[in-house]
Amino acid sequence: MAKVLLEMRNITKTFPGVKALDNVNFQVEEGEIHALVGENGAGKSTLMNVLSGIYPHGTYEGDIIYDGEVCQFHNIKDSEKLGIVIIHQELALVPEMTIGENMYLGNERGHKFAIDWNTTYAEADKYLKMVGLSESSKVQVKTIGTGKQQLVEIAKALAKQARLLILDEPTSSLNEEDSRALLDLMLEFKKQGMTMIIISHKLNEVAYVADKITVVRDGATIETIDNRGTEAVSEERIIKGMVGREMTNRFPKREGVTIGDIQMEIDHWTVHHPLYPERKVVDDVSMYVRKGEVVGIYGLMGAGRTELAMSIFGQSYGTNFSGELKIDGKQIHMKKSESDAIRHKIAYVTEDRKGNGLVLSQSIKVNTSLAHLDAISKHTVIDGDKEYAVAEEYRDKLRIKTPSVEQLVGNLSGGNQQKVLLAKWMFAEPDIMLLDEPTRGIDVGAKYEIYCIINDLAAAGKSVVMISSELPEVLGMSDRIYIMNEGKMVGEMKAEDATQENIMALILQSGRGA
Amino acid sequence: MEATKSHDNFGKVLTRTITRNPIVFLLLIAAIVVGCIVENFFSWGNLSNLMSNTAVRFLIALGVSGCLITKGTDLSAGRQVGFAAVVAGILCQRRDYNGRLWKFMPEMNIGLVFVIVVLIGMIWGLINGLVVSKLHVPPFIATLGTQTIIYGISLVISDAQPIGGFQKIYTTLINGRIGDVKGFYLPYLMFVALLFGVVFWFIYNKMRFGKYMYAIGGNDIAAEVSGVNTTRTLMRIYITAGIMYAVAGYLLAAKSGGASASMGQGYELEAIAGCTIGGVSTTGGIGTVPGILVGVLVFELLKIILQFLGVNPYYNYVVQGLVIVLAVAMDIRKYIAKK
Repeated sequence: MAKVLLEMRNITKTFPGVKALDNVNFQVEEGEIHALVGENGAGKSTLMNVLSGIYPHGTYEGDIIYDGEVCQFHNIKDSEKLGIVIIHQELALVPEMTIGENMYLGNERGHKFAIDWNTTYAEADKYLKMVGLSESSKVQVKTIGTGKQQLVEIAKALAKQARLLILDEPTSSLNEEDSRALLDLMLEFKKQGMTMIIISHKLNEVAYVADKITVVRDGATIETIDNRGTEAVSEERIIKGMVGREMTNRFPKREGVTIGDIQMEIDHWTVHHPLYPERKVVDDVSMYVRKGEVVGIYGLMGAGRTELAMSIFGQSYGTNFSGELKIDGKQIHMKKSESDAIRHKIAYVTEDRKGNGLVLSQSIKVNTSLAHLDAISKHTVIDGDKEYAVAEEYRDKLRIKTPSVEQLVGNLSGGNQQKVLLAKWMFAEPDIMLLDEPTRGIDVGAKYEIYCIINDLAAAGKSVVMISSELPEVLGMSDRIYIMNEGKMVGEMKAEDATQENIMALILQSGRGA
Repeated sequence: MEATKSHDNFGKVLTRTITRNPIVFLLLIAAIVVGCIVENFFSWGNLSNLMSNTAVRFLIALGVSGCLITKGTDLSAGRQVGFAAVVAGILCQRRDYNGRLWKFMPEMNIGLVFVIVVLIGMIWGLINGLVVSKLHVPPFIATLGTQTIIYGISLVISDAQPIGGFQKIYTTLINGRIGDVKGFYLPYLMFVALLFGVVFWFIYNKMRFGKYMYAIGGNDIAAEVSGVNTTRTLMRIYITAGIMYAVAGYLLAAKSGGASASMGQGYELEAIAGCTIGGVSTTGGIGTVPGILVGVLVFELLKIILQFLGVNPYYNYVVQGLVIVLAVAMDIRKYIAKK
């Protein structure tokens, strides 16, 4: 048996009113990749924050034993000194600064007063090569894509002489291709003797990369599954530990839905980039969606899916539009305005719920009726009782978990925030709903509930367009699937004909042609 | 990406520079036009005058630039300058001067006075820094509050009187100059400004402190998780600012040959305008020392243009206010366009 590098013993961490970690025990052996899985709020990040010293010694109970010694970390620097480096979920880079400046931020080369830029950039280039980046470290971070930025984060960790690397949701903002590259890089580091902890919601990735999987639920470690056997642990097996019950079907069946006439159709739809008008972000796309139908749009990041949806929704993205938009068979000349789109019964549910979907500092109540205040107000004065009633109604309907609709949205979990966002747009009573990544960053249980809501929408005769980067989700939820690549629609399939393989093949073929 | 542009021809580079700094170029054109119409605009004397005016403003702008780069601001800049001027003025009064405010004091060495004034500036900066970084009061409100406090204290210690009768060495040294050919000279103040410019360039580009400042302005969470002590960095930024205002106030009192509590009023806006025109972004994380110098120079040029055109001086406020709003609006536009 390999040497135990890290042991966290009987860790208990209490926040005012909540026991976030309850007597957690966690062991990592040297040279392994250890995955931490669990629903949102289960305590994975809290555990890692205890480990890295973000919650300093004394604010929790229990012991951290690292490399055979009991450690007391008072801040991040203390843990980094011993080679424990955490890479946070949100990219922690300064976009205006160069890659090299970012990598050595807080860890500068040179003597006390002056930074030695020559050494900095030379060393940075060395580490960039190790993670497979050919960019110069003198390039500004904002000029490279998110996939490469994630690699810069890893290079930054390597530059700190990491021995135990903790990756918190490293692939959450990456497309499948970049994700795979990142996971392979992890396996490569493992060969070189690095120890890693990965926190992830993507169970297929966990099963692919991890040697051991520890499941965290309600602030306690439930079990550790060995994944070193010849056969990878099934996702169902992991999910069972996470939710505490068997989930036989991750995608609920849609029953008794009759698919009707074509509700919305776009024809030769072309949209140009707002800053570089010569570039087409949506290129000659034609598609339609029927009443009661769920249409999936799959494509890699940057395929133009979000741009397509936003351009349909009141031309809120892009310039130089051309093509036709028909609703109920009639051609619509929509003005460049979101409210015009809402009038035409179109709703766009954004992928960025924190950024432009919800007002985090306001209550569930206020957020729910924000897009359709007309319905609850008289002569521009809002009827408080109605506002409350509407919020209560949707809270019940969508099973939003909250003590009260007066709760601030910012305090809710990701899954519940997503439900509030859906409630807001459902209350606007659209016929056509464009859902952009409706389950991004939320846990398995909440995903299931969102899928049920989508099914209810279809059953009510709404047309649903679902954009997603997760192939299983697209396959499991759609009646019909469109595949986009580089702004073009490259394929259309019925759900029963579609498989992961033939969809990826379509994308690869079209990529070569372009 | 930037590197690939280096082979662009000169014309392209010029157009890009102009479109990125429209106000700078508009004002330069205005200066040329005015210079052609009005006599004496292009004179050596005017140039020297521009240099010594710019020098003090540049010091204040350097001070406030750190606050701006970290997405903050410092509205107490002007009042701090006034306070420093008052203290320096009182301490530098001649012993035999009839209107001497603190008669009990011995005549002080002006070098010692400089040290005292700078120490007081550091204390003001420390207070601002504490309020901003520890109490998390938004810098706008925090410094709006402290500037009133500082002004009040200035009035108290100066008895709301103008202060004059400085030691001769104080005024002659600071108003000193090198050469005087056809009205052209190099004021000592210019060398002081250049010296501080070089020091700040070094801090902003070569020192950790500088890099931390840009990091906090660009993405404060990233800075925090990289192990940057953001609280300490912010404190240092406001303290550094306080030092710069103190230096400026000390020089300004001598330059004008007198001081009063109202001295420096509105300088914070001029400094912020200079920074913004010079490319310091109010959205944080961006700004260079040479840019600030250009911004302040251009803003001073604007004032001289108005003066030479014989515009009623009260209109200066109107024009300056417009330029400030315009500069910020254009800066913000760059970021709106990116969305």
